[in-house]
Amino acid sequence: MLHNRRLILAHFWLAFAVFAAALLLGAWQMYVRSPLSPWISNPEWYYRSLTAHGTVMGYVFPTLVAMAFGYAISETSLKQNLVGLRWAWAGFWLIAVGAVVAMIPVALGLASVLYTFYPPLIGSPFYYIGVVMVVLGSWIWVALMSINLRIWKKENPGTPVPLPMFANVAGSYLWAWTAVGAALELLLQIIPVALGFKSTIDAGLARVFFSWTLHAIVYFWLMPTYIAYYTIVPRAIGGRIYSDTMARISFILFLVVAMPIGIHHAFADPQVGAGFKFLHSVFTALVALPTLLTVFTICASVEIAARARGGRGAFGWMGALPWRNPMMLAVTFSFVMLGFGGAGGLINMSYQLDTTIHNTQWITGHFHLIFGGAIVIMYFAIAYDLWPHLTGRPIASLGLVRLQLWLWFVGMIVTTFPWHYVGILGMPRRMSFFDYTDPALANEAVSVVLSAIGGVILAASGILFIFILISTQFSQPRQIEDYRFALAVHPPTRVPVALNSYGLWIALMIGLTVTNYGYPILQLAARDDTSVPAVYVGER
Amino acid sequence: MTEIHDEGATVAERVERRWAAVAVLIIVFLAGMAAFAGIHQATMPQTTVETIDPTTIHLQGEFVESNLGSAVGADGSVTVRAVGQQYSFSPPCLLVPSRTPITIRATSADVVHGLLVQGTNINTMLVPGYVSVQKATFSEPGEHLMPCQEFCSVGHEGMWGKVKVVDKQQFLSELADKRRISCAP
Repeated sequence: MLHNRRLILAHFWLAFAVFAAALLLGAWQMYVRSPLSPWISNPEWYYRSLTAHGTVMGYVFPTLVAMAFGYAISETSLKQNLVGLRWAWAGFWLIAVGAVVAMIPVALGLASVLYTFYPPLIGSPFYYIGVVMVVLGSWIWVALMSINLRIWKKENPGTPVPLPMFANVAGSYLWAWTAVGAALELLLQIIPVALGFKSTIDAGLARVFFSWTLHAIVYFWLMPTYIAYYTIVPRAIGGRIYSDTMARISFILFLVVAMPIGIHHAFADPQVGAGFKFLHSVFTALVALPTLLTVFTICASVEIAARARGGRGAFGWMGALPWRNPMMLAVTFSFVMLGFGGAGGLINMSYQLDTTIHNTQWITGHFHLIFGGAIVIMYFAIAYDLWPHLTGRPIASLGLVRLQLWLWFVGMIVTTFPWHYVGILGMPRRMSFFDYTDPALANEAVSVVLSAIGGVILAASGILFIFILISTQFSQPRQIEDYRFALAVHPPTRVPVALNSYGLWIALMIGLTVTNYGYPILQLAARDDTSVPAVYVGER
Repeated sequence: MTEIHDEGATVAERVERRWAAVAVLIIVFLAGMAAFAGIHQATMPQTTVETIDPTTIHLQGEFVESNLGSAVGADGSVTVRAVGQQYSFSPPCLLVPSRTPITIRATSADVVHGLLVQGTNINTMLVPGYVSVQKATFSEPGEHLMPCQEFCSVGHEGMWGKVKVVDKQQFLSELADKRRISCAP
């Protein structure tokens, strides 16, 4: 039973409102950098837009979705009213106000440093302070998830923690720890310089701090998606979870190995030696493991649903799947995009192949396929699944939902495949325009136009998504049955302590982070010859 | 009923274990490939961290203007030095010989830049305060674009350098009476 619907809806609505705004900015960016637009009048507008798009899509939107879903999971899976409601609202307002504080200087052109900051470029202090507020707001949620689980455990000794909550809390701990890297960079390095207390900064060290956040943050974005794979999809299509244990192992693996791998974002950087780069390459390979396990378990869970519906044969069961069910569509699209994006990720993680595509449009293609594609399409699915329970009204039109999901899938493929292609040709990313009259670039023009068309399709899908949510909110109320999560084929009656708590895994997570980052960070922090003058952005 | 149930559970577990083993093997294989290629120097990232003061590189040391461009060392090896700054490379056009191992040494004078040579896998970051080193060999004569691949503030989109690859004999004859050469106009 959902008691705090207003809280959850507030998070979702803010998330989707900022998402829609950032989506339109993204589509505009693709248009102005394509040959369709005669010439960009002011490149600066492009970088403002890019900073806003990245900041919202990277920090604000997924954080709010994870929080909204997390509150819903806590209430429905633990069957216990949320403890700390006032704190939850405080966290929400910190994020809402923080987002505004960050976006005003961005809109004014005082913080065009993109969402990965790029010191020694230094923007307005309000931009960084706004981002810190967003993180602080989300940490309140982390604490609340932990506290709520603790209370439940005390009242239900010996009972296995329900899988959705187990995964949800693992995701919150993952976020709490990965955000520390960027927080250290902001608080120790960037904000003192932005406020004028210091005028120099170690750009190399800052990049290492950020890499600590930069990869595991993707797994934080991914957590709600994976929770939906395991605990919503099988129920929605009439199946069961193939293995509750494997699900727990996957989430634990994410918690432990998502963290100590971020230096693979710095393979081409001069401030980290080859040894640690190789170490992070190996660990990055390791993080493919929970995804490979998940792909197996979810396909098996889906097969169970198909066989229950009368599916037969080695592959014939696929025809028996409920293909008109939006959840079935969403998970299929998500898996296809995860497949392509994951294959690209394995190429990025190899420090030999990485040099071919490092910082090219390939990378943009890769993470849009993973985040914008595989992850966000499941955010849509989560919203569609929860909306009737949050509003007391059924989704207005399943046909529109199917259309929206199809548009998103097609739009994302049309956008990202050409990006991968021009990336291999060596087209750099984060550029406001290209001189397509140069013969060496002329053959890239068609691909860029295709991406821009993909952007328009995505924008249309995003608008349709918002329309469906709003129209549902204003439709006739109806009796909605209680919300529930998927059951396992063999529901766990007893779970080993290790798979029912986090102590051991958090210790491993911190220990591995310290071994994989401690030396590079200390080595750079100890040197006094690596700080360089700050370069301030915008008028001052 | 419970017996059938248990049997199903055993089968499920066995299948699952097999898949987990396959997944682990895939990962071991990938990491093994990386190790193998790394040890055989297919492309090794630079092993040592070198630092440099970006505020004085124009005045003294390796990256003064007269020392930029391509040079042949006493042992016959070719070294190319370049500096990135908002919003250009110095020199803006690198001249290199074909079929010759070269070493690129580059750094930044202000913010973070990137150096990417299209059509090759020469691709490195220029971080102020640090020197980037990359080894490369160009197989054929020709021209390549060399964009800055990392956002370096407004003006980033205008930061395009060039690499001109010439035959080794031509390279050496052009170098004959000079200490450093580039194809900058």
